[in-house]
Amino acid sequence: MDKFKKINSTAVPIPIEEVDTDQIIPARFLKATTRDGFGDNLFRDWRYNSDDSPKEDFILNNPTYSGTILVAGKNFGCGSSREHAAWALYDYGFKVVVSSFFADIFRGNALNNGLLPVQVSEAFLHDIFTAIENAPQAEFVVDLEAQTFTIAATGQSTSFEIDPYKKMCLINGYDDIDYLLSLEDEIKAYEAQRA
Amino acid sequence: MSKTLFDKIWDAHVVAQVEGGTEVLYIDQQFIHEVTSPQAFAGLEKRGIQVARPQQTVATADHNVPTKNQHLPINEELSRFQVNKLAENCEKFGVDYYGLGHHHNGIVHVIGPELGITQPGMTIVCGDSHTSTHGAFGTIAFGIGTSQVEQVLATQCLLQKRPKRMRITVDGKLSKGVLAKDIILYIISKLTASGGTGYFVEYAGSAIRELSMEGRMTICNMSIEMGARGGLIAPDEKTFEYVKGRKFAPKGEAFDQKKAYWETLFTDEDAVFDKEFNFPAEDIEPMVTYGTNPGMGIKITGNIPKMEDVDNPTTFAKSLEYMGLKAGEQLLGKSIDYVFIGSCTNSRIEDLRLVADYVRGKKKAEHVNAMIVPGSQQVMAQVQEEGLDQIFREAGFDFREPGCSACLGMNEDKVPKGKYCVSTSNRNFEGRQGPGARTILASPLVAAATAIEGRIVDVREALN
Repeated sequence: MDKFKKINSTAVPIPIEEVDTDQIIPARFLKATTRDGFGDNLFRDWRYNSDDSPKEDFILNNPTYSGTILVAGKNFGCGSSREHAAWALYDYGFKVVVSSFFADIFRGNALNNGLLPVQVSEAFLHDIFTAIENAPQAEFVVDLEAQTFTIAATGQSTSFEIDPYKKMCLINGYDDIDYLLSLEDEIKAYEAQRA
Repeated sequence: MSKTLFDKIWDAHVVAQVEGGTEVLYIDQQFIHEVTSPQAFAGLEKRGIQVARPQQTVATADHNVPTKNQHLPINEELSRFQVNKLAENCEKFGVDYYGLGHHHNGIVHVIGPELGITQPGMTIVCGDSHTSTHGAFGTIAFGIGTSQVEQVLATQCLLQKRPKRMRITVDGKLSKGVLAKDIILYIISKLTASGGTGYFVEYAGSAIRELSMEGRMTICNMSIEMGARGGLIAPDEKTFEYVKGRKFAPKGEAFDQKKAYWETLFTDEDAVFDKEFNFPAEDIEPMVTYGTNPGMGIKITGNIPKMEDVDNPTTFAKSLEYMGLKAGEQLLGKSIDYVFIGSCTNSRIEDLRLVADYVRGKKKAEHVNAMIVPGSQQVMAQVQEEGLDQIFREAGFDFREPGCSACLGMNEDKVPKGKYCVSTSNRNFEGRQGPGARTILASPLVAAATAIEGRIVDVREALN
């Protein structure tokens, strides 16, 4: 997993609630057996017509908006457990997803792939959308070390929660398996005690 | 100290504590399938490690398989490659694999219970969000991502934060024509698609107790649709009877010993939940959804909410536009193009018996395309033994071979753009059953009645 570094970036707004993982990556694009290339089909049916031509009104097809931060409405990532949703977002180039609420499994999948879910209040989310609406090139700063998200133009800042273990993993680029493999003796002891 | 059922099982599986409240949870059983496992096996290979406990993982092909001519090689190249990859990986790593045509093959959440692999008190995971189905047996069962599938393959453990506990109690007597599916659609419509996020749910109350094991599975199956990690129901005599005698269930004395432990699996009287809800069974009617998430459900005789009554008008309007429906209108009487009966929610023998009873001697409406996909080879064999397949065919239904099929539209079983499908599956997301498909979730009985009438009808009237 890549190490997570401090981010200064513009953001892409999707002010829709309940963005489910079937929208992020539809099931018919889950046939690959590797982790690569899912970004091409990110938000496939919102992004492309059935003849594969881009839908002009979708935000990812609008050159005014870009950046490594995606901002979306509440309950982002609900539905299927497909990790392909996190892979698709990361492969496309997003490093951070901001919402007022994340679905559990998506949050875990994102963290396991170096994609940082930043949960902010409903009011702060509204302020972020307003900042982008006023200036599509508005910059934001994500500081994982300090656990802060800042609207650069106004200096308005909020802190966000993250599990201390997952924070350490993101910063160092560690994954859970390295840690779990180090517990072999404990796992064997647990099995012996149960038997 | 008083404990909830959930905490009793969780506590029994904690291997170690990690700083910050994360725990190392031992996983008794993992199920894998072709779509969310290949990258996990690739991860093991990259690290040069083996599956730690191959006898605690079982594999099936279900998500990406055709439901016709399963005895032939899969036509679609990518699907064939993915399914073959699973077979290869299982062979290489020593995992039991039930491929297409194997008499144990079927939807992962159907075969676990029917083979007796799913047993009370277990921790169970699968790279599929509907793993909560197994909670019907009093297990902690939940869906995980592929990185976690790899973790369990590598170590038989997962790093987890203990979720909060919620109890949903449904007391009273269900009226005729109201099924388990209606109970869960009703609950989700009350709690919304995110109302359970961060929680593990215990379902309790006399209406839940009265349900068969298969009904309980339908309830637990859809826990994720309100955002909950999972749902579970305390095991009882019905549970023990269901498990007893199944292929991988403990036998003889071993069964009695297990049963003695299983009987301790209930929530202590004064145990405390973080959140509680109570619903009267009498308030539940057959349900249908009108929107693009499972929380957008109404009673079959009800109306879609009005624009001024919803919290999030933008999302609501987008949803209705996709569905081609209007705020405030009724769904009753609406003409329907497709009916899909199947999925890990409603593809078991009891579901199919109910459908057969209803459609016996009737004919589907001419304009409706109606499909029934059994949950497993065992369900299919039972259907054939009871002659139900004949009843389905005579009524004009297409009876297929097992798989996830049109629930998620990964194979060729899709609903065309703009068409309405009354579906017994679990998700009505945009494009879930195919690009542009419009899904209305309902019980097997509502689906059967819709197929016959060609429009949404109050199945209670049709039953009388």
